[in-house]
Amino acid sequence: MSLVFSIALTHLRSRLRQTLVGVLGVATGVGFSIMMASLMEGSQEDFVRQLVDSLPHISISDDRREPTRQPADMVYDAVQIHGLASRAFRPGIKNPYAIMASLESWLPGAVAPSVQGKAVLRFASRDRAASVVGVDPRREASVSKLPGQVRQGSLDNLYKASNAIILGDGLAKKLGARVGNTVSVTGGAGRVLLCTVVALFHSGVASIDESQSYTLIKTAQILAGQTGLINEIRVKAQDVMAAREVASRIEAETGYKSVSWQEAHEDLLSSFVIRNIIMYTVVGAILLVASFGTFNIISTITHEKTRDIGIMKSLGFREATVRRIFVIEALGIGLIGCAVGWAFGYLLTMAMGSIEIKSPFMDTNHLPVIYAPGHYLLAGLVALASSLAAGYMPARKAARLQPVDIIRGAS
Amino acid sequence: MSAPAPVLEARGLRRQLGGEIPTTLVDGVDLVVQRGEFLAVTGPSGSGKSSLLYLLGLLDLPSAGEVLIDGAATSRLDEDARAALRLKRIGFVFQFHFLLPEFTALDNVMLPMRALGVLPEKAMRGRATELLSQLGLAAHVGKRPDQLSGGQRQRVAIARALANDPLLILADEPTGNLDTASSDQVLATLRKLVDETGKSVVVVTHDPALAARCDRRVHIVDGRIAEDRRNARANGEG
Repeated sequence: MSLVFSIALTHLRSRLRQTLVGVLGVATGVGFSIMMASLMEGSQEDFVRQLVDSLPHISISDDRREPTRQPADMVYDAVQIHGLASRAFRPGIKNPYAIMASLESWLPGAVAPSVQGKAVLRFASRDRAASVVGVDPRREASVSKLPGQVRQGSLDNLYKASNAIILGDGLAKKLGARVGNTVSVTGGAGRVLLCTVVALFHSGVASIDESQSYTLIKTAQILAGQTGLINEIRVKAQDVMAAREVASRIEAETGYKSVSWQEAHEDLLSSFVIRNIIMYTVVGAILLVASFGTFNIISTITHEKTRDIGIMKSLGFREATVRRIFVIEALGIGLIGCAVGWAFGYLLTMAMGSIEIKSPFMDTNHLPVIYAPGHYLLAGLVALASSLAAGYMPARKAARLQPVDIIRGAS
Repeated sequence: MSAPAPVLEARGLRRQLGGEIPTTLVDGVDLVVQRGEFLAVTGPSGSGKSSLLYLLGLLDLPSAGEVLIDGAATSRLDEDARAALRLKRIGFVFQFHFLLPEFTALDNVMLPMRALGVLPEKAMRGRATELLSQLGLAAHVGKRPDQLSGGQRQRVAIARALANDPLLILADEPTGNLDTASSDQVLATLRKLVDETGKSVVVVTHDPALAARCDRRVHIVDGRIAEDRRNARANGEG
């Protein structure tokens, strides 16, 4: 072992209590910062996942960003003509299957048609307003998690009865309906269908489970009073985070309003920016406080070793050699503290992740945490950098002392 | 053939401390120490003995003058070069042993050898053990300084000073903190070193008995050499 390592190691070993305090200081900072980051980012990621899962990544609706202009507006720019009846536009996406085929040719992901409508569901004299979404069960699996969310039956049960309907479990509970019951569904056009409940679903988001139902596309079209209606194309992008860019391209190509999940939840996502600033400030503060602790301990060790520095220099040790000894000691404390801190952070994160919670809005029953190597790397780097600075600065000062000053002072 | 250069030479050595009222610690000292010479530097407290020793050992920088080690001038050397010269050519023994407290006697003696990095580990260990044995410390090689007596610590410090086989040993009050028996042991060790190995030893001391057993005595008053004479023993009178 080299001389420098040997002296540094001997110092660390012989001052075990101080070394341990230094190591614990670094470990605590690293551990808590990892736990904080895991918790903050875990809850954020869990929230985003719920958002992403609850809606298609991209929803192409029959709306446009700007309302379709009336024929008179297109002919006359500066003249306003009173008394003209507005032209009613037929709802729905034109040539939806052609658009889907076109999207499938370039879009990395999957597409599925759907019919969105509003209806009033009645069962046992209880009325509930709900969304009725007409889906194609064969395609739906590729764009949403609905098949996995269906309880007491399956999505394919929609084929097993005429006018079959799958209710959110919250909605079924409010209606008092069970699988096998027949509910009366009154669509937007006033059509009334008697639908058989063939399954229930549970998405985990209370607002959806209490207000949404699924039927076949054809059933939803009947309720909307328009055959062939497709008013939404649902897209699942392979890269969730690229949904915004994909949506823009779709909108540019089709002209239909194409909303990515990010756009749909713009307000929430922008609140994450503030949340992240708070998170990294807190994590940074923890690391900074830990760094001061490290600095203090290493400075104390170095200060206490001033006499030894004088001895070594009088023997003929070079300044750089003396400096290296104390920097290695600091790095040793930093490295061991970092490793212990990683284990401590992992255990803390695990402990936090095992805490049970009950949310009225979400299905989560444990604090959401994530295990990201980036958190460990960041905390480790900051701890090592601060240890290095904590060792280097007092070591540099001590190594510059003239041996004669130290020897005179010590004798 | 020219005579070998003196081991140590000081020419017009001056050390002044700055401040509002400048203090002169060493004032124009000229001194030559030959090979195999055992020199005592004596003088009252505050006369500048230790300051002179630190200048001679390159631990301190002179305000004026020059120190030559083995004929080579040192005033223009940078800190690292002076450190390297100390490591190779000079061994120090201080009043307080100044051993590293966490290291064993053997490790302390090996320290200068390891810093020099010439010998392999095994050879360093062998030499350190041999030096400690020669100084009567064979049974104490694995002990730390706090497990040794004052005299033993000082002998470990002498062994450390000899580790790199220097030309010159500089000792600052080496018996200042020791009882009579230990002082005698240390003195005998230094005497033997001069007689048997031909090394030069410069000792700063208050102890007249120690000074009397040296070859030569330089008396310092107010930073100047007041007297420089050979002892009777060195003149063959003792």
